[in-house]
Amino acid sequence: MAKFTYLKSRLMPLKINDIDTDQIIPARFLKAIDKNGMGANLFADWRYESDGNPNKEFVLNKTQYSGAKILLAGDNFGCGSSREHAPWALTGFGFSAVISTSFADIFKNNALKNGLLPIIVDPIVHKAIFTMVENDPNYEVEIDLASQLLKLPDGKNISFPINEFSKTCLLNGVDELGYIMGFEKEISDFETRLN
Amino acid sequence: MPKTMFEKVWDAHIVTQQPNSPAILYIDLHLIHEVTSPQAFTGLRQRGLKVRRPERTIATMDHSISTHDPKIPISDPLAAAQIKQIELNTSEFGIRLYNMESEHRGIVHVIGPEMGYTQPGMTIVCGDSHTATHGAFGSLAFGIGTSEVEHVLATQCLLQTKPKTFEVKVEGKISKGVTAKDIILALIARIGVGGGTGHVFEFTGSAIRDLSMEERMTICNMSIEAGARAGMVAPDEVTFAYLKDRENSPKGKDWDPKVEYWKSLPSDPDAAFDKTITLDAFSIEPMITYGTNPGMGIKITECVPDPANFSGEEIMNQKIALEKSLTYMGLEPGKPLIGKKVDVVFIGSCTNSRISDLRLAASIINGKKVSLDTLVLVVPGSQAVKTQAEKEGLDQIFKNAGAEWREPGCSMCIAMNGDQLQPGQYAVSTSNRNFEGRQGKGGRTFLVSPLTAAAAAVTGQITDVRTML
Repeated sequence: MAKFTYLKSRLMPLKINDIDTDQIIPARFLKAIDKNGMGANLFADWRYESDGNPNKEFVLNKTQYSGAKILLAGDNFGCGSSREHAPWALTGFGFSAVISTSFADIFKNNALKNGLLPIIVDPIVHKAIFTMVENDPNYEVEIDLASQLLKLPDGKNISFPINEFSKTCLLNGVDELGYIMGFEKEISDFETRLN
Repeated sequence: MPKTMFEKVWDAHIVTQQPNSPAILYIDLHLIHEVTSPQAFTGLRQRGLKVRRPERTIATMDHSISTHDPKIPISDPLAAAQIKQIELNTSEFGIRLYNMESEHRGIVHVIGPEMGYTQPGMTIVCGDSHTATHGAFGSLAFGIGTSEVEHVLATQCLLQTKPKTFEVKVEGKISKGVTAKDIILALIARIGVGGGTGHVFEFTGSAIRDLSMEERMTICNMSIEAGARAGMVAPDEVTFAYLKDRENSPKGKDWDPKVEYWKSLPSDPDAAFDKTITLDAFSIEPMITYGTNPGMGIKITECVPDPANFSGEEIMNQKIALEKSLTYMGLEPGKPLIGKKVDVVFIGSCTNSRISDLRLAASIINGKKVSLDTLVLVVPGSQAVKTQAEKEGLDQIFKNAGAEWREPGCSMCIAMNGDQLQPGQYAVSTSNRNFEGRQGKGGRTFLVSPLTAAAAAVTGQITDVRTML
């Protein structure tokens, strides 16, 4: 898995609540049998006009935000379908972190397995960052995972929650499967008790 | 210490719990389908791993398959490749597949219970958020991502952080014309699409006890639409009667001890839940969604909410969301939905495609014609449901009325197989999601019960089914 330690980046503001994974990547793009190329279809139905041209009003197509590696999204990001294609599309596009006030459970789990950091902030901070980013597309923040701090340019440090285990996995690029496989004896013992 | 049912099932499946780490949870039953599994098998191959317990995984194909004659080859090359891939993967790794030729094939959340795979007290997962359906039996069942599908294939285990518990009490009797679907839509309308995040629901109360297994499945199915990881209903005599003599149910001398175990699962009387909510069953009316998530629901007789009535800074976001969804839906605020013309009626999906759902829809359509300018699709949840419906003559009722009687599959619930809305079309649907584009790009969805869908099929417009009973 890709490591996540530190990131300094501008933000892409997408001020919509309850963005579901069908919007992140519509179902018709789920027919692939590999993980590649999902970035091109990220937010496809918002991002492209029906003729396939970019919708100039949509934030992903606004040049002033291009290259931002942090998605700043509305409340309850990633609800709905369990498709891991959603974080594949976000990372495929170039995002490494998403900031919101809350995340849907399955999306959060899937994101953490793909080196995509979900950062939860309180509504007041959330609103303040939106205001800054909308006023100044060059507004940059720093994310330091080891200290769990979101560092704002005015010197404010906002601490964010993440469970210790996921944090260790992200910092070291360790994937969970290797960890589970380390408990082979416990799994075998459990299976013996089952029978 | 008294325990909830969730805690009993959770505790019984912990393989190990290391300090500062999630639990390693043993998974009894793993269901896979063609859309969310291919990359997991690729992962196994890349690491040179086998499937640890192939007999604990079952596979089917349901999302991208055609609901027309299964003998006609799939025309979409991507969908065809996905179907071929699950055939290859299951054969290479020794997993049982209910393929297109199987008399047991169907939507994964319909066939699991139907064949008796789903049993109380189990942990059940699938790369599909509607896995919550299986919780109707008192199992802990939840959707997972593809990385986790790979974990389960390789180790039969998952790393999981313990969710909190949320009791949803539904007391009293539901009225005529009101179904299980209306109960769950009423709950989601009340607590919102994020109201259950981080929690597992347990549905309790006299209205839940009165429900059949299929109705309980409808309710648990949509737990995820309120953000909950899973939904559970305590097993009881209704559950045991459903399971008795199913293909994979315990047989002979194994039956009684299993039932004894299942009877130990319900939450202890003094068990504490992290949250509780109570719904009055009698006050629930037929529900319909008006917006672009399942939480945007109203009683069918109510008017579409008006963003102008929202004020105060803290609910500005709700106002913006409402305006955005009404624009997408092409609906006027403050106006009733009853009488709104619909283009398509879809009766199907893992929420409402079981035999009792089809019987409800048929009871309204019987002897009538569907509206001339409305396309009505009836898609049974499985081959077994289809066969049973045909035995009862339900297919004839639908066909004589002018509805299309299709082969089983997910169909227009997820619109991956060609069954889809055209931009701007309105559908009344018994499925579970009304997200933008969910039933086809630009399509607009009203979620309802099978009774309400059947009423719309006949009249060609949104109709209060109680006027037809």
